[in-house]
Amino acid sequence: MSNILKKDFPVFEKAPCVYLDSAATAQRPYVVIDAVKEFYETMNANPLRGLYELSMAATQAYEEARECVADFIGAGSPGEIIFTRNATESLNLVAYSYALNFLKEGDEIVTTVMEHHSNMLPWQMAAEKIGAKLIYLEPGEDGTITEEEMDRKISPKCKLIAAAHVSNVLGCINPIKELADRVHKNGGVMVVDGAQSVPHMEVDVKELGADFLAFSGHKLMGPFGIGVLWAKRELLEAMPPFLRGGEMIEYVSLDGATWAELPHKFEAGTVNPSGAYGLMKAIGYLKDVGFDRIRKIEDELTARIFDAFSEMEYIHILGSDDPKKHTGIVSFTIDGVHPHDISSILDSENVDIRAGHHCAQPLMEYLGVMNTARASLYLYNDEEDVDAFVNMIRKVRGIMGYES
Amino acid sequence: MSLNIYGEILNEHNIRPTHKGNIADATIRLEGKNPTCGDDIYLELKVGEDGTIEDGAFNGSGCAISQASVDIMIDLIIGESKERALELCEKFMKMIRGEASPEDLDELDEAAALKDISHMPARVKCAVLGWHTMEEMLKKTDDL
Ligand SMILES: Cc1ncc(COP(=O)(O)O)c(C=O)c1O
Repeated sequence: MSNILKKDFPVFEKAPCVYLDSAATAQRPYVVIDAVKEFYETMNANPLRGLYELSMAATQAYEEARECVADFIGAGSPGEIIFTRNATESLNLVAYSYALNFLKEGDEIVTTVMEHHSNMLPWQMAAEKIGAKLIYLEPGEDGTITEEEMDRKISPKCKLIAAAHVSNVLGCINPIKELADRVHKNGGVMVVDGAQSVPHMEVDVKELGADFLAFSGHKLMGPFGIGVLWAKRELLEAMPPFLRGGEMIEYVSLDGATWAELPHKFEAGTVNPSGAYGLMKAIGYLKDVGFDRIRKIEDELTARIFDAFSEMEYIHILGSDDPKKHTGIVSFTIDGVHPHDISSILDSENVDIRAGHHCAQPLMEYLGVMNTARASLYLYNDEEDVDAFVNMIRKVRGIMGYES
Repeated sequence: MSLNIYGEILNEHNIRPTHKGNIADATIRLEGKNPTCGDDIYLELKVGEDGTIEDGAFNGSGCAISQASVDIMIDLIIGESKERALELCEKFMKMIRGEASPEDLDELDEAAALKDISHMPARVKCAVLGWHTMEEMLKKTDDL
């Protein structure tokens, strides 16, 4: 069956493809593309600066987007929403402004081996600068981090835990609530990388028990170049600015400055209002479709891939055997065929998948694979996409010169 | 993009490489890396006193294109002088840029099976990994 949501996305008409790389970046619906255009056509001025009408329109669009994001993730107030470029910048902000100032030598930072490099390198940097110890939680083969593993690795010295809510390779959902409870007992903070969860499931920061949540707009159909950091107000109040410059000050003299109030303290320089405005429309679109429907689409299609793959004994899926535990992400290998060859062969029929280490080299090493292929689904995919993908996968070994 | 590249020659060299392994009496060894792909090739050559490449082998992991390309290359350069190997390397690069003449392709023999890589920009790095590694090795040993 085809998916009627596809018609909301111009790319499928203008550059037809079977797009199965949404974990890297999502496609954008008309409403988002149109909103960016609308911003530049009717509201374009530097927000927060001019006292004239156009600048106020830009400011209003930008701040409305902030309110929309706050509401979307259950933040206490719009002031807790910092706009950044992407999840990577958000996570670095936490490492530089929070970890470097509030952790001390001998403290422990806990993360997992399945992290994206963006949620690993900032903590390696922070641990080294602070003299803190960096400890990695190791999941089982299906991606599960067990209670015993947490007991073993999370000591009273642990003052910061950073973990992906959903792994971009295994698609598994990590036990954020349990991790948060443990670090809170030590008076520490829970940093959540929501890059792969926020586009696919309802995320409420209070329910999650998080202190920081980072995500990217482009993975939830928003424009490139807009990302979000949410943090609890009292943390943001206490943290020094990350970047310094225009628009983040209250008063500047030759001797120094006092900082603007939240969230502006963390948004130095000219901001990205068209991006924020587009992100708001993406969130609107996401809500209209609804997470229940998204989940149903993703789970059914994941199961369809699993079913087809189960007949090909040379295919190995990473992570859980249960398609419902993949958040639409299927990483796999084919015996005797390098993932780059898989993706080139699929590309010949315009089937777009990712191949490589997925910015998670330590996880690849941990799982004993050099590289994998990854198909990732989103709300616009349908059975026709999956069937086109599976049919090409069936041919791969033959094309590569294997008998079966 | 077409799939011409995955023909018999490339597949055969990928699945059953002639020169994968080690040579005991190698005179030069070098590792070639392609960090964006994670491809990794260890190339070994035995160069005689007169500058003739007497033997060669490779190890490491990578996609079919990088593996087959280096296996074909070793086939081609065994028995040739260092200068001739570098000349073939230059012709190979020309082919990848889509600039090789029919005579060049003739000289490249089985390596000409990789000609269509010129239309696959994402895979060029894979095809040239072994060749670049060899070029670097032979140029380094110029003044030995
Ligand atoms: C789990 C995870 N974290 C972080 C990121 C980084 O996102 P960005 O590149 O948009 O900063 C990604 C994106 O690839 C991701 O999948």
